[in-house]
Amino acid sequence: MRELIKKREFTLLLLIAVMLMLIVTQAPSFVSPENILRIINDTSILIMVSIGQFMVILTGGIDLSLASIIGFSGMAASMLNQYFPDLPVILILFAGMGIGTFLGLINGVLIAFGKVPPIITTLGTMSIFRGFTFVMSKGQWVTAHEMTESYMNIPHGSFLGLSNLIWAGVIVSLVMYYFMKYVRTGREIYAIGGNKVAALFVGVKENKINIIVYSLVGLLSGLAGVMWTARYAAAVNETAIGFELFTVAACVLGGVSIAGGSGTVVGVILGALFLGILTNALPVVHLSPFYQLGLQGVVILGAMIINTLSEKRNEKKLLNRRLQ
Amino acid sequence: MIMDRKKSEGSKSIVDKSRLVDESGLNSRIVSFVTKWEFILVVLLLLEIVVFSNLTPHFLNTFNLLNTTFTFSEKAILALPMIFIILSGDIDISVAGIMALSSFAMGYASSQGAGTGVLVLIGLCVGVIAGFFNGLLVTGLNMPAIAVTLASMTLFRGISQAILEDQAYTEYPEKFGYFGQGYIGDSMVPFELVLFLVLAVIMGFVLHKTTYGRKLYAIGNSSSAANFSGISVNKVRLTNFVLNGLFAGIAAVLLTSRIGSTRPNIATGFELEVITLVVLGGVSITGGKGNIFGVVLAIFLLGYLKFGMGLLNISAKVMIITTGALLIIAVLIPGFMDSTKARNKLKRQQNLETTEKNLNKGIDE
Repeated sequence: MRELIKKREFTLLLLIAVMLMLIVTQAPSFVSPENILRIINDTSILIMVSIGQFMVILTGGIDLSLASIIGFSGMAASMLNQYFPDLPVILILFAGMGIGTFLGLINGVLIAFGKVPPIITTLGTMSIFRGFTFVMSKGQWVTAHEMTESYMNIPHGSFLGLSNLIWAGVIVSLVMYYFMKYVRTGREIYAIGGNKVAALFVGVKENKINIIVYSLVGLLSGLAGVMWTARYAAAVNETAIGFELFTVAACVLGGVSIAGGSGTVVGVILGALFLGILTNALPVVHLSPFYQLGLQGVVILGAMIINTLSEKRNEKKLLNRRLQ
Repeated sequence: MIMDRKKSEGSKSIVDKSRLVDESGLNSRIVSFVTKWEFILVVLLLLEIVVFSNLTPHFLNTFNLLNTTFTFSEKAILALPMIFIILSGDIDISVAGIMALSSFAMGYASSQGAGTGVLVLIGLCVGVIAGFFNGLLVTGLNMPAIAVTLASMTLFRGISQAILEDQAYTEYPEKFGYFGQGYIGDSMVPFELVLFLVLAVIMGFVLHKTTYGRKLYAIGNSSSAANFSGISVNKVRLTNFVLNGLFAGIAAVLLTSRIGSTRPNIATGFELEVITLVVLGGVSITGGKGNIFGVVLAIFLLGYLKFGMGLLNISAKVMIITTGALLIIAVLIPGFMDSTKARNKLKRQQNLETTEKNLNKGIDE
C-alpha cells in the first residue's frame, strides 16, 4: 500500500480525482459516462503521440518534428483518398502510418549515423516536413466533400460502443505498455536513457535503439495524422502546429524525467488525460477558453516543481538512511 | 607511476614523443583555417551575394540591403544572449513568450496613458523579471532548462492571452514608433540595425575579453569541473537568464514599436528561429564551443538569403525548407569534418610510431 501511494501515477490519479470533483460542483453532468467517453475520445490522439514522445525523452532526446509528421502524413493520406476514392481505407491508414514511419526514420538516421543532436535534427525536420506539406498540397486544403464517407468514418465508426479512435488509443496504450515493460528492446530504451555508457557495455546498440525509437514516433504520428484529418474532416496545412509541446507537457506532467531514463507509459497516459480534462472542463466551469494556455503553464510548472521537490526529499531520506 | 615519470623526464615531454604530430606546418594550418566554420560562413555569404546580385538587379541596392534588416533585427538581438545560454549548456525556448508578456504590459500601460520612456522601462523590466523567474527555477531547483522554459513559455504567453483574449492594443504614443521604424538622423541606416551592432560589440567583448565569457566556456565544457575550480556556476547561469530576459524585453520594445500593435500571438515561433541562428553560427548545442562572430555572420547569411529568395518570388515554404536543411547541415558537416580530421591525425600518429619503431630496430641491430 505504501509503495502504491509513493508512486507518482497515484499522485496524478489523485490530482485528476480532485480536479474532477471541483468540476462536478460546478457541472454535475461532467462525469456522466457519455461525457467521460467524449473526453477520452478527444484525448486519444494526444495519448498515442505522447507515448511516442515519451520513448524519445527516455533516450535523452526530444522530438519537435512529430507535429509536422502528423501534418504531412495526414495531408498525404487525405490526398490519397481524394485522388483515389476507390482505394480501401485500410490501405490508406497503412499508407499514412508508413509515411510517418519513413519520416521518423529520416530523423533516426540523422541522429544515429549523422551524430546530429536530436533537438537540432527535429528542429530542422520540423520546418522541412511542414514545408513539404505545403509543397505537396500546393497550399490547398482537402475538405469534407473531397473525402469519402468511409475515410471520415475511420475514427468515428464504433465497435462495442466505443469509437475506433478510442480503440486505437487503447490498443496503442496496451501494446506500448507491454513493449516498454516486458520486451527486451523496450528495456534497452530505458537502459540507454538511464546510463548510456553502462548500456553500451552490456551490449545495447545505441544506433539501433535511436532508429527504432524515432521510427516508432513516426509510426504513431502517422496514425495520428490519419485520425486527425479524418476526425475533423479537413486536411489543412497547419494541422497540429504546436502539438509537439503538448506531448512534452503530457510527459512532464506524467513524471517523465526530461534528462531521460525514467518514466512510465501509465504516467504519460494520465498526464495526457489530465491535459484533456483541463481543456474540456474550461467551458463547463464558465472560464474563457483564453485561460487555457495560461492555466496549462501553471499546471505544468506546478507539477514539475512538486516533482522536483519530492525527488529531492526522497534523495535526502535515502542519504540519511545510509548515514545512520 | 614512477616509470611514467622517468619516461617523461627522459623525453622532457608529458606526451610520448612518437605521438606528437607536427601541426605547425603551412599545409595543416591552411587546412585548419579553410575548414573553420566562420570561414565557410564567409564564403557562403559572398557566394550568396554574387548569386543573388546576378539573378536580380534589386539585390545590391544600399537602401534595400539596409531596409531589409528590419525583418531580422529583433531575432538578431535575441540571438546574442542566447549564445551565452547555449554556450553554458542551457537553452531558453521562452523568449517569444517573454516578448508577448512584455509587449502586453507595454500595451496595457500605453492604454492607461503612459509616455514613451515609461513604456520602454516597463518593457525591459517585465523582460528582466521573466528571465529572473526562469533562471531561479533552473538554478534554484536544479530543473532542466528545456522543461522549465517550455512551461514558462506557455505561462507567459498564456497570461497575455487570458487578459487580452482576442483583442489587441493598437494605441501607442507617436514617439514610441521610432524604435522599430526610425532611422539614424537623415541617413538610410535603421535604428534597429545600429542598436543590434552596438549590442553585438558589447556582448562580443563580454564573451571574448572578460572573465565572465571564459566562465561560460568552462561551464559549457564541464559544469562540475567549473564548479570545482571556483566558478559559481549557478550565479553565472542565473545571470544568463536575466540577460536573456532583458534582451527579450528590448526585442519586445522594437517589435511592438515596429508593428504598432500587441496581440497575444505576437512573435510566435521566434524561439526556434533564434536557436537556429545560434546553431547555424557554429555554437554547439551541447555547450562550450562557438563564438559571436559566427553567429553575426549566420544572422546576415540567413537574413539576406530570405530577402534574396523573396526578390526572386520563391515561396515562403521553400524558404522554411531551406532554413531547416541549413540547420541540420550546419551541424552535420562540421561533425563530419572533425571526425575526418581526427581520423587523419590518428593515422599520422600511427605512421610516426611505426617509423620510430623501425628506427629503433635499426639501432638495436
